[in-house]
Amino acid sequence: MTEANHAERTRPQRAEDQRDILDIVGLTVALPGRTGTGTTVLHGVDLRLKPGGIHGLAGESGSGKTMTGLAVMGLLPPGARARGRVLLDGEDLLSLSAHELGAVRGRVVSMVFQDPSTCLHPMLTIGHQLTDHLRHHLKIGRKEARGRAADLLGRVRIPSPAEALSRYPHEFSGGMRQRVAIAAALACEPKVVIADEPTTGLDVTIQAGVLRLLRGLCDELGLAILLVTHDLGVMSAIADEVSVLKHGRVVESGPRARVLTAPRHGYTRSLLEALPGRTAT
Amino acid sequence: MTFVLTNLVPGDPATANLGEQASSDPAAVAEYRRQHGLDQPLPIQYARYLEDLARGDLGQSQQSHQPVLTDLRAAVPATMELAALAILLSLLVGVASGVVSALHRNRLGDHVLRVLSLLFVSMPTFWLALVAFYVFFDQLGWAAGSGRLDPGVTAPANVTGLYTVDAVLAGQWFTFWNAVSHLILPALVLTAHTVGLLTRFTRSAVLEVLSQDYVRSARAKGLPERTVLVHYVLRGALVPVITVAGLAFGALLSGTVLVESIFAWPGLGGYAFRSATTFDLPAVMGVGLVIGTIYLFVNLAVDVLYGVIDPRARVQ
Repeated sequence: MTEANHAERTRPQRAEDQRDILDIVGLTVALPGRTGTGTTVLHGVDLRLKPGGIHGLAGESGSGKTMTGLAVMGLLPPGARARGRVLLDGEDLLSLSAHELGAVRGRVVSMVFQDPSTCLHPMLTIGHQLTDHLRHHLKIGRKEARGRAADLLGRVRIPSPAEALSRYPHEFSGGMRQRVAIAAALACEPKVVIADEPTTGLDVTIQAGVLRLLRGLCDELGLAILLVTHDLGVMSAIADEVSVLKHGRVVESGPRARVLTAPRHGYTRSLLEALPGRTAT
Repeated sequence: MTFVLTNLVPGDPATANLGEQASSDPAAVAEYRRQHGLDQPLPIQYARYLEDLARGDLGQSQQSHQPVLTDLRAAVPATMELAALAILLSLLVGVASGVVSALHRNRLGDHVLRVLSLLFVSMPTFWLALVAFYVFFDQLGWAAGSGRLDPGVTAPANVTGLYTVDAVLAGQWFTFWNAVSHLILPALVLTAHTVGLLTRFTRSAVLEVLSQDYVRSARAKGLPERTVLVHYVLRGALVPVITVAGLAFGALLSGTVLVESIFAWPGLGGYAFRSATTFDLPAVMGVGLVIGTIYLFVNLAVDVLYGVIDPRARVQ
């Protein structure tokens, strides 16, 4: 814990003077258990995200990475309880009503999920899934929404975007679907995107393309990304800051270069050593 | 197929149709068999049957002494009117209660609906028909009696054979309401089983879809819960529901055999029942053919709907 506190004080060089767009303070999440007492999956997690920055959240399966993302989105499983504060641009998301949260979700903060083959509805066109929240949040007409959706598809480099709108997810490859999912997350120009394992299951060359795309969007739009991944290789490629989660606790946090080259915590070292044939950059 | 099955049934149409005295007279039996071609070997009977079938002749019913085709023309619309209303009611009520049940999973409403649907699925239709007839007609007098119309009410001019539709076409509102009042009770009895079936399948289909990633993604986009439910959840649950609805329609048709007999409904089911119990083979074969054709069309309709609902099922 002392290491984590120390790391927090170590401000990254990037965007020094900017205010945090997302500030997670002491986030504790308990899932309902069979016995009724419940299991605590996150213990006082602290995370900060700057506009235009990518904060990587690393850790092995079950360490609570995805739960952190879901807690920010207010999408925890039924019965789960979250304590602490999740400040998005100064507003505590945990204190919002379901209705108020609906107005933030997809609009100010959105999420890209792990598996692009299951997170798009197989029976609805790409156009439908790219425009329904656009129209809902921005109160714009169908035609305008489709125009914006086509622009978005172009931005994530989907060939012939206008035609792609009337096609269905199964007509696209895995990498393309992930780009569509990213486009859907970006549609309402959110300030924060939570990307949960966005490149897992894609092959390496496509991975690199998706990562470049995310980095580019941050630089171009001032978007902040919370990048959840177990892959430190991915992390080292694009993250500005890195936090390492173990059993629901942040064990190490700081600028990427520092955490990945000179890890202070044994767990981070063991994660790095687990990388096959890779040395930390 | 229907030909083989009907001829495999142990039983002699001659003895069944001639009456007790005549059937003990060998000469009369032989004459009956000769008249109906039953003295010929089966392959020849079959060839004749096919030849007649190709001409649209299904033979003559030995009970009504009318061509089977004429009997069927009268019976099919009666059954279709009943079955269409029943499947419509089943879909409306069954899908709605299945969705409600899934959304209230493991809460009171869900438990009540699950017990009710189990009850409806497991109640024997003939028993329910008898009880319903006794309670709502005999005791309470709420429902109209047997048949398609009250005695003394004349059927509307035949256009579709569906009395309700024909009455509307002819502008005879009294006849229309009379036909409706006769339809309701047998249709509700037929509905019970399929409603239970559809409730249970819709519930599990919706629960399955609710756990899908694409529903979570839809929520993550901040869509209102109603939009998520209508566009994402129900759309995804539609394919299994349509499949079950197709099967339920089949179950419903077989239910008409007993329900129509009990309600004296002059439809296909009652006709099948009468002709089967009297070994009226041409009539039985005719019914088999019609039911087979209806099944075929229902399955075709289900397949076409798959393509409409699910783009992955479309033929390129």
